[in-house]
Amino acid sequence: MPGRRVLLGVLPALALLAACDPTALDEAERETVIGLSLSALPALPEDPSNRVADLPAAAAFGATLFFDTRLSADGRVACATCHQIDRQFQDDRPRGEGLGLTERRTMPLAGVAWSPFLFWDGRSDSLWAQALQPLEDPREHGFTRTALAHEIAARYGERYARIFGPLPALDHLPAAAGPRGSAAERAAWQAMAAADRAAVDRVFANAGKAIAAFERTLRHPETRFDRFAAALARGETPTGDAALDGLEREGLKLFIGKGACIDCHNGPRLTDEHFHNTGVPAVAGLPDDTGRAGAIGALETDPFNCLGPHSDAPAEACTALRFMVRQGAELVRAYKTPSLRGAASRPPYMHAGQYATLEAVIEHYATAPEPPAGRSELTGIVFTERGRKALIAFLKTLEP
Amino acid sequence: MRHAITALGIAVAVVAIYLAVQLFTPPPAEPDLGPQKSSAAGLFTVALAPEREPVPMNALHGWTVTVTTPDGAPVTDATLAIDGGMPAHGHGLPTAPTVGGHLGEGRYRVEGMRFNMGGLWELRVRVETPRGGDEAVFDLML
Repeated sequence: MPGRRVLLGVLPALALLAACDPTALDEAERETVIGLSLSALPALPEDPSNRVADLPAAAAFGATLFFDTRLSADGRVACATCHQIDRQFQDDRPRGEGLGLTERRTMPLAGVAWSPFLFWDGRSDSLWAQALQPLEDPREHGFTRTALAHEIAARYGERYARIFGPLPALDHLPAAAGPRGSAAERAAWQAMAAADRAAVDRVFANAGKAIAAFERTLRHPETRFDRFAAALARGETPTGDAALDGLEREGLKLFIGKGACIDCHNGPRLTDEHFHNTGVPAVAGLPDDTGRAGAIGALETDPFNCLGPHSDAPAEACTALRFMVRQGAELVRAYKTPSLRGAASRPPYMHAGQYATLEAVIEHYATAPEPPAGRSELTGIVFTERGRKALIAFLKTLEP
Repeated sequence: MRHAITALGIAVAVVAIYLAVQLFTPPPAEPDLGPQKSSAAGLFTVALAPEREPVPMNALHGWTVTVTTPDGAPVTDATLAIDGGMPAHGHGLPTAPTVGGHLGEGRYRVEGMRFNMGGLWELRVRVETPRGGDEAVFDLML
């Protein structure tokens, strides 16, 4: 029976091979993987600066405002123009485009309420303060805050009043006036009485708070990776679509191991919610962009920050601002680590869409180019061709 | 032939020097993960303890610093500051924590700590008193 004997010899060899399967996870790796799963996400952080943050009527009103194109200078731009509902609330473009072209990539919105700072440079410390800026940016909605207040009074007065109380008297105020508008709009704003400006600011802030309440409902959908991690957490072998194949597991091990991707892309959102200079190249023709370093002053002087008159939080609750790093060389050209959930299907990448593909992103981490300014935290890393494919295969398991 | 012997001699010398260097180079310093340290100049004994264990990742949380003299008497009039970072990555803490006033028995509360990545962190506690100042350095593996 020579055939049987050969078979008997092969079986233990196969078992041995399985035991040293290079894509198998050890105990520490298993724990790490479980920590990246959606089920490990902490409860939605409270926003003490927004008293309607978790009010369903405010979220519903915010959704209406989010999709309303009439909150723009030409009546054609809504939040949803760039934050597209069927595209993970982003627009697939290198840089957002409303009335004009902006300098930064539109960020997706799922899980955004877990971020202590908003925008690529973190120049807002709450979702509602963030939502206000594009409304008045001439390249985005190009709207003014008196126009917004008039629009709310004309079309949403009752809904507004049910959530925030009665609107102030607005009839005597200019149709379009605001501190970030055209010269005429700025002059009209300056000509208004201080009390009127404060009343309009209040309506403006409340619109932001409603939009924020809506954005707080945007959650990350469960992915194949989460089902894989959930099976591991139960002590089971993942089966069906939860079973990652060899290449995907290899990519996962690289991600949490030698690739060191997890250094910054950690936690269930696969972001450390912090700012890093990774030497991402500047876009030719754009003004100098110092990233986080340039955002600190704007954040501290933003009248809509957590310490401002329209915040509902006591000063001690403004922890993002209280414990913010305000200076240091490492803030220069530092940008927020993006979540990698759903990233595989939303090129281009980086804060101004500098890279068209994940292959180009991995090449960036491999070569660690000199930064345009500041000091890059990257040191370069050798990825094999197979390793690059494996990383991409793993990232695709984070797709909704 | 003479060249070959010279080359061999040089090769042997290079190997010998390499081995000697390897033999006499001390191993890299191990992180000292102890929760209590003597300050650099020996003025104080400083203990550092997280208020939550395990230390949370990416969440603001507090720590307690306890400062005593080397013979164990609580230091009650110190002004403290804390700083740190990841030496291997060349970056500091992601937040700027603050240390409050004396709470009793040499204890002081640190607010606003946050760690944003796993690995070896260094925390430096600066202690200033009317009798002099000193610094204690802690290693923390997350």
